[in-house]
Amino acid sequence: MDRRSEMHRRERRRYVIGYGGSLLLTLAMFGVAQVYGIETVGVYLTIGLLGLAQLVLQLVYFLHIDRRRSSREDLHLVLFSTLVLMIMILGTVWVLGNLATRMHMHLM
Amino acid sequence: MTPTKTGFFGRLNWDAFPIAGLIQNPNTNEIVANTAAAVVIFGVVVVVGLLSWFRLWTPLWRDWLTSVDHKKIGIMYIVFAIVMLARGVLEGVVMRAQQASGPGDGFLEAEHFAELFSTHGTIMVFFVAVPFVFGVANYIVPLMIGARDVAFPRLNQISLGLTVSAGMMLMVSLVVGEFSTGGWTAYPPYTGAAFNPGVGPDYWIWAIVVSGIGTSLTGINFAVTIYKLRAPGMTFMRLPMYCWTIICSSILIVFAMPPLGVAALMLAADRYLDFHFFTNDLGGNMMNYANLFWLFGHPEVYLLVLPAYGIYSEVFATFSAKRLYGYNSLVIATMSIAVLSFTVWLHHFFTMGQSALINAVFGIATMLIAIPTGVKVYDWMATLWRGRIRFSVPMLYGLSFLILFAIGGLSGVILANPTVDYQVHNTLFLVAHFHNALLPGVLFGLLAAYNYWFPKAFGFRLNEFWGRVSVFCWTGGFLLTFMPLYFVGLLGMPRRSFSYSDPSFHPFMIVAIIGAIVITCGLFSVLIQLWVSIRDRAQTRVPVGDPWDGRTLEWSIPSPPPAYNFAIIPKVTDRDEFTAQKAKGTAYPTPDAYEDIELPRNTGIGFVLCVLSGIWMFALVWWIWWLAAIMTVLMILAVIIWTFDDSTELTIPAEEVRRDYEAWLALVHSEAAVDRDFETSPENRGLARPDLEVAT
Amino acid sequence: MKRAPTHSYPGINLGEHHASAHKATEVVTFGFWVFLMSDLVYFGLMFAIYITMIDAQAGGPGPHELFDLKSVFAQTLILLTSSLTVGLAMLALKYNLPRGRIVLWFGVTLVLGLSFLVLEVRDFMAMAEKGGIPQRSGFLSAFFGLVPMHGLHVATGCLWLIVLGIQLRVKGMTDVVISRVVRLALFWHFLDLIWIGIITIVYFGGLTYG
Repeated sequence: MDRRSEMHRRERRRYVIGYGGSLLLTLAMFGVAQVYGIETVGVYLTIGLLGLAQLVLQLVYFLHIDRRRSSREDLHLVLFSTLVLMIMILGTVWVLGNLATRMHMHLM
Repeated sequence: MTPTKTGFFGRLNWDAFPIAGLIQNPNTNEIVANTAAAVVIFGVVVVVGLLSWFRLWTPLWRDWLTSVDHKKIGIMYIVFAIVMLARGVLEGVVMRAQQASGPGDGFLEAEHFAELFSTHGTIMVFFVAVPFVFGVANYIVPLMIGARDVAFPRLNQISLGLTVSAGMMLMVSLVVGEFSTGGWTAYPPYTGAAFNPGVGPDYWIWAIVVSGIGTSLTGINFAVTIYKLRAPGMTFMRLPMYCWTIICSSILIVFAMPPLGVAALMLAADRYLDFHFFTNDLGGNMMNYANLFWLFGHPEVYLLVLPAYGIYSEVFATFSAKRLYGYNSLVIATMSIAVLSFTVWLHHFFTMGQSALINAVFGIATMLIAIPTGVKVYDWMATLWRGRIRFSVPMLYGLSFLILFAIGGLSGVILANPTVDYQVHNTLFLVAHFHNALLPGVLFGLLAAYNYWFPKAFGFRLNEFWGRVSVFCWTGGFLLTFMPLYFVGLLGMPRRSFSYSDPSFHPFMIVAIIGAIVITCGLFSVLIQLWVSIRDRAQTRVPVGDPWDGRTLEWSIPSPPPAYNFAIIPKVTDRDEFTAQKAKGTAYPTPDAYEDIELPRNTGIGFVLCVLSGIWMFALVWWIWWLAAIMTVLMILAVIIWTFDDSTELTIPAEEVRRDYEAWLALVHSEAAVDRDFETSPENRGLARPDLEVAT
Repeated sequence: MKRAPTHSYPGINLGEHHASAHKATEVVTFGFWVFLMSDLVYFGLMFAIYITMIDAQAGGPGPHELFDLKSVFAQTLILLTSSLTVGLAMLALKYNLPRGRIVLWFGVTLVLGLSFLVLEVRDFMAMAEKGGIPQRSGFLSAFFGLVPMHGLHVATGCLWLIVLGIQLRVKGMTDVVISRVVRLALFWHFLDLIWIGIITIVYFGGLTYG
């Protein structure tokens, strides 16, 4: 029973850490937007990186994706999905962006 | 959306029935439409009548419609696919006839011709190829990996229900209203509300959305089944090649169906809610649709053809009595094709106007896919090399495939060059190319699978003579129909033309219609083969279960297999496990003890969702909003109530398993093993004398 | 004492306390992961469409007129907190805490989920008042194709939560119900991930590039 409550505490701490970290990153994100305004690419890049950091944080602390042997097949699944998704999204943006430029769609 | 006055039944009224057109304006076109509608109604009446006459409703419900047995679901998929195949082939023949009737307007109206090519494409891809591929997979995969069922048997039934109800929408569209005229790709803005306010595109959208959900669930199911349910000892490198192709195909489904769903639902939003995703005005952009559709469309062709590669791999190995050559390279090639297929979608719209750089990148990626495919062709040829080859029906389909598919693949490499593609884009050259890939690649593979595994499913072999006739009809018919299309395509004849004026196309069209008739003979010879085989089944029974000296686990159990597949789950030590067992003399083992087997219990949820989703689609197509709302609520409720049902397992006592298994073992020991020379004779009762080249 | 980790699937692990549920749950949970990845592609493509249509405002109202970052901030906090509470509900179930604790965390999660939806719908209504309806432009179509789709997922999650609450009450903590709660928790965390994408790309991205 002792070990169980110990494990319980550990797992609960994991959630709380994930929550705290996400909270900080969210605050940072909105804080940056508030302080510097959301006009420049630099600011947006910062916000984007903060968002990415939060994604990874939640994957590790809430969804328990890591490099441990037992969760490795899910890690592979997530990585492969990310690969396919990136091909699709970047490809779409590339192709459609190029078409928009060539058709002068910004003038429309 | 055009504001049409809608009543209690939405926009459904008497004009929606083709008979109205016939009364108002009797001509050939209306007669063809009414005949098609009559055939559908007649078919339904005959089926209902026969079921009632032979009092088969109860067995149908108890043994089939509510069954969650993967074997029965597989058979139902295949029956559905063959019914749809018959319609698809006949539509192809009518189209060929229209063009063969010479320059001028032919006997069909343009609208009707457009409906034909739209339904032909939609049916062949979504309601023949997909259900046939996954019907075979349903039957075979659990048997090959030594499992008692798929990972989610009830979900499997739901997938079947959704696929069938979506397919039924295409049948309903023959009788009520009309189908889309926008081709199987349904490009907006043509299919948008501004140009096409009728019900046609709506039929297409909902059939695609619902069958897409069904297919996605199937993909998840099979990915998990192969990933998690393999027999002990079956590592990935001992997985039969067919299962490798199914897992890759399932992965393709999981990632490629969402783009189709997104595209179709966005088109629906445009049509129903006046959104502006693909419209011409207010910032809509139809190029997004083309992009999305082919993000799905290209992986789709590979998810169809990969399982066929797997089938051929099994067929070539078995009928050459040799171990599959280059297994590792085949696995790597399959995986590469699966990944590469996500990087080439743009070659379907090289002419849309993007830069030369983009076209070049996607053109090169497309050519790269030819490399793993080429590897496979060499591996198959090396498998045949010095094998003890028997020219059985599946083998003949395979050989026909090897030659024809090389041609189809090469024409694909030609098309992969953007500069060439600019010349032949949207011509019959393209039509010839993809039929050249899909007929030998997918359909022949599925027919080979049908001939190869039929004895496993039903306990008797199919008739050899009519099988051979069908091989020759399909192959010859294919060559006659589609080779001329390469030529007229190069001459510049656009695809989907209901009329043309250049008389030099005419002779090619005559050849093509002859080919189409030969293909129809192929279709009928498949049906005759089934009839003759059932009639003569006493001569061809193979109760022991191994008629072809098979190499993988599905042949190690009785034909037809018991509901639980394996009385004892095998311990796998080799890639060709059953061949290894036969070589070591450990096949047909007598276990020390038997155990109770748990099987999923029958459920009606798949059938309920099939009916509800069918009515839901119909209501949406005809704007009967109250009905659609009720159906939505009912579907959600049905699923929720179903999740409250706890008694989902059924236990088969060990004693019953022992009795059946030992009866079968006694049969095994009483039969004489037959040599391969007598494979097609009545002496072949399914006990094989292993071949000399077992070890290679 | 060194023990091999009992995590054989991610999310919340039942471990040795629910051994019978373990194997079945492993297969189902993996299947659910695959489903989530399929859903992820769905959302990913909607993001891609949004990016390509960010300029397609056709003279209609754009992000600067329509987006209310304060409300988005509140929604973010609510959803994040609900992700924590659904995790705590799961832990309560895993360690056989009194049923009251489970019901508490379930209830809190449900309330948070519903308040998220209320705020979101209020946002949409405010947008509509300023002319920001999906029928106005391609950009707005893309917005309303994506963000309410996430909302619909959250609503589905809420319905699921209610049904599971009833099943916990009617059936008690059976293996099947526990395994469903595991999946619900996964689903909920997944929706939080998508929401991070939405604030980063739809809201901030829209304000930067729109």
